[in-house]
Amino acid sequence: MASLSSPLRACRGILKELRAIQGPSYKQSLAYNYVIDQFRKNKVTGERYCRAQQEAHHASLTYLCLLTSTRNHLALHNLYHGKGERSPEEVAGLVGLRLPTQPGGKGWEK
Amino acid sequence: MFKNVIRLQSRLGGVITFCKVCPRHEPFRNAVKYSTASAERKRFYQHVSISQSEGGLYEVNLDRKKLKTPSGKLFTVPNEALAIAVATEWDAQKDSIKFYTMHLTTLCNTALDNPTQRSKEQMISAALKFLETDTICYRVDEPPGLVELQRNEWDPVLHWIESRYKVTIGSSSSILGPQVPEGTRETFRQHLGSFSLWPLTGLEFVITQLKSLVLSLGMLDRHLSVERAVLLSRLEEEYQIRRWGNVEWAHDYDMYELQARTAAGALFVHLSSESSTVKHKLMQD
Repeated sequence: MASLSSPLRACRGILKELRAIQGPSYKQSLAYNYVIDQFRKNKVTGERYCRAQQEAHHASLTYLCLLTSTRNHLALHNLYHGKGERSPEEVAGLVGLRLPTQPGGKGWEK
Repeated sequence: MFKNVIRLQSRLGGVITFCKVCPRHEPFRNAVKYSTASAERKRFYQHVSISQSEGGLYEVNLDRKKLKTPSGKLFTVPNEALAIAVATEWDAQKDSIKFYTMHLTTLCNTALDNPTQRSKEQMISAALKFLETDTICYRVDEPPGLVELQRNEWDPVLHWIESRYKVTIGSSSSILGPQVPEGTRETFRQHLGSFSLWPLTGLEFVITQLKSLVLSLGMLDRHLSVERAVLLSRLEEEYQIRRWGNVEWAHDYDMYELQARTAAGALFVHLSSESSTVKHKLMQD
């Protein structure tokens, strides 16, 4: 557990993610108040080994990971997978081709 | 059987006639909207809040309406933290509700509805089945780089869990995998039996994500972080990425999804078993 980053960084990370989710009014949100409250309650008061604090720290890092990963996943999803199937014209365009329009060919006579 | 076919036909009747009418090259755009997982609804609410009901359970409110599960039950969770996390998920939806990003809500729904109607014993057996084919117990013989990587990264976790639970698991490179002794299975069966239904739902979800009981328990016992557990679960993929290069739309996409799901599962286990520890402390005081 020594490899964990400091609780303060986890706290700031979570608040940053909440801000990304809720915009400028994030300070009024439930989650903001809860997170601040939890971090204040679990502040270190001495050098003693404190299991509850470790638990809270691990939970906060887990939540941070959840928020960050969800945001990144959604961004990639929107970028690459969110638009559904491409049309034949688009697919042809990807490899530098164009679909034939057949001027003067079949069906052009009328 | 025959009856089923007729029922199926009558249900699909509309779709079939639609296909007949539309020209062959037109994709049936309206016909595909069957799966609920990928379907998105418009965000129909403004404010998300939580409230505590008489039984001490927490509810989530969308404007003035109470959130319900897919089967129509009232959505209730055992503690405030989980309620807030779920409410935040609902609040995070912008124009449309993307259910595939709301892992905690999904887990709560699963625990509340229990759609497969399984008992605790069945869930434990399903979880223990992963021990026989645990990711980190299957080793490769070649290439040498990967063999070494697996030994260096996986062995410490294996040793940790063996000393933590006083069991033997072992690893193997044969296709049959290691022979897990009955005593080991019994130890884990007892350990999992100490969880109640809610945390067990989360635990099983994590195990199926990581494809490993060892890594899941390592993470839930706070020996591994989520990122580390996911990395170890995808070790071979990471090795191949290092060799052949990373493709964002496949590798990163999968990794973030796996991380999000695993983190949600871990948090769900943690939060749903938390209420009992809080009570415990109050009693001590």
